[in-house]
Amino acid sequence: MYDTQSVKQTKTINLAPLGKKVLSGAIQMAYFLAGIGLLIAGYMLTAVFVKDLPSLAQIGETMKTLWSNPYYENSPSDRGIINLIISSLVRVGSGFILGAAIAIPLGVLIGSVPVLKKIIDPVVQLLRPVSPLAWFPIGLTVFKSAEPATVFIILITALWPTVINTAFGVGTLPKDFKNVARVFRFTPAQYVFKVLFPFALPHIITGLRISFGIAWMVIVAAEMLSGKSGIGFYVWDAWNALDLSKVICAILIIGVTGLLFDRFFGFLERKVSYV
Amino acid sequence: MLMTQTPLEPLIPLRFDRNGTPTLDIDHVHKSFGNYVALEDVSLQIWPGEFVSLIGHSGCGKSTLLNLISGLENPTQGMVRLNGQQIEGPGPDRAMVFQNYSLLPWMTVTQNVLEALRAAAPQLSNLERKERVESFLKMVGLWQHKSKRPAELSGGMKQRVAIARAFAIHPQVLLLDEPFGALDAITKGNLQEELLNMWQLEAEPVKGQEDQPSQKKNVVMVTHDIDEAIYLSDRIVVMSNGPKARIHQIIEVNLERPRSKAQLVDDPEYLRLKAQLLALLSVELAHHD
Repeated sequence: MYDTQSVKQTKTINLAPLGKKVLSGAIQMAYFLAGIGLLIAGYMLTAVFVKDLPSLAQIGETMKTLWSNPYYENSPSDRGIINLIISSLVRVGSGFILGAAIAIPLGVLIGSVPVLKKIIDPVVQLLRPVSPLAWFPIGLTVFKSAEPATVFIILITALWPTVINTAFGVGTLPKDFKNVARVFRFTPAQYVFKVLFPFALPHIITGLRISFGIAWMVIVAAEMLSGKSGIGFYVWDAWNALDLSKVICAILIIGVTGLLFDRFFGFLERKVSYV
Repeated sequence: MLMTQTPLEPLIPLRFDRNGTPTLDIDHVHKSFGNYVALEDVSLQIWPGEFVSLIGHSGCGKSTLLNLISGLENPTQGMVRLNGQQIEGPGPDRAMVFQNYSLLPWMTVTQNVLEALRAAAPQLSNLERKERVESFLKMVGLWQHKSKRPAELSGGMKQRVAIARAFAIHPQVLLLDEPFGALDAITKGNLQEELLNMWQLEAEPVKGQEDQPSQKKNVVMVTHDIDEAIYLSDRIVVMSNGPKARIHQIIEVNLERPRSKAQLVDDPEYLRLKAQLLALLSVELAHHD
């Protein structure tokens, strides 16, 4: 009577998909290793012509030293690698959270009030292509110190993708869902938290993901500029000491950290997806 | 009172009390969207307990008329009254079932019904609401799927949830916008039958006359399926083609309830109605484009 046959079977325990998963995981791993192999080959080829580049053995040695004592704290400019990353992450994190706290409400406003979109959108379009580093002097003037100015740069960086994606998510709420809210007379709170927000959430998370990715890229440059501790400062410091293998190690560590956070946001995206 | 009745229509005893205040009074309504005139001078009274279908070719403004009753749209001229009161917006006294189900995909089946109930019946306690959700989900046979999300349900099941949601708020009028248009024939048939059963079951006592036989809800349904319209309705309102659509003709369906599809197949009255509607829609109102 009821078309139960067409309901997806979700609770069946079947081992075949597990085997498939392992296999596809192995294939992905193989592709990953092939890519890394290509990267190393490219590096070695370049090193043949550019004699100053450190050898793979040197890089490996430096990496080992870095991780043998990652937590030490000798002076503000001489710290363990984990401490450096934590400093950078705290800066990125505070700028990112402040940015999101501004960007999400702003995006909701732009997405739901057409007049505001017309007023704010040109400003967003004007400021979005500006490198966040250009804001550093403004930050210094306003905050009188490099530390909050660095956080300010990250805040600006984190703003745009989240504003744009939130506004898009909120603005594309289908008429059908609006009609449901109207026909059943949803309260404003119900409309925001049960209809608008859940619909826009996947878009918001995508915005946050892009924002964080860019913020993590910008922090390295910002720390080079501000001369404070952190992974960006470390890169600059290593370059000044002409220690290129430290620079390369830092590049790898920055990359892996960024990748991990991107994966985390990807996981969040899947979590809030309702399709 | 009734517009454009054909003079050949035999005089039939009216099963509905067509004196006093109609439940819905559509009074010389015009509706235009910019320069496009969708409806022109539409008047229709729907009396307590009636099941009325709006039928016509696409673009005939039948969904527009339904939206005017729901309050999602306002008429450009004229007005729609519910129990004599002008309709100024949507309200929980009129529940709607949309063609594309319009369940909120991030909520489970239970939450979808519960959230509508929370908005439309704030006076109920949480427990009362939960009990009502349970009884209506059981009525449509979806209680065992209560924790699923819409994406995990078939089209027929989604529409059952939407029907349960609409009935659960105890509306006076049920508005159905091509509710079964996207379903396969078998599912459609089952759902039509279930809809009639619920309509019969969910009759409400008339205010002040609780000891009297209870009053069925009004249903206004948009459809383009002739068989569906005859099987379900008391009256079928045939709309002329848009733009400037009007009511072309109103057809009374004098078939005993409860109706059985199997018996209707060779009922002479059913066949007569079907032939009449077919002639109307495919000859008189045929699209010439």
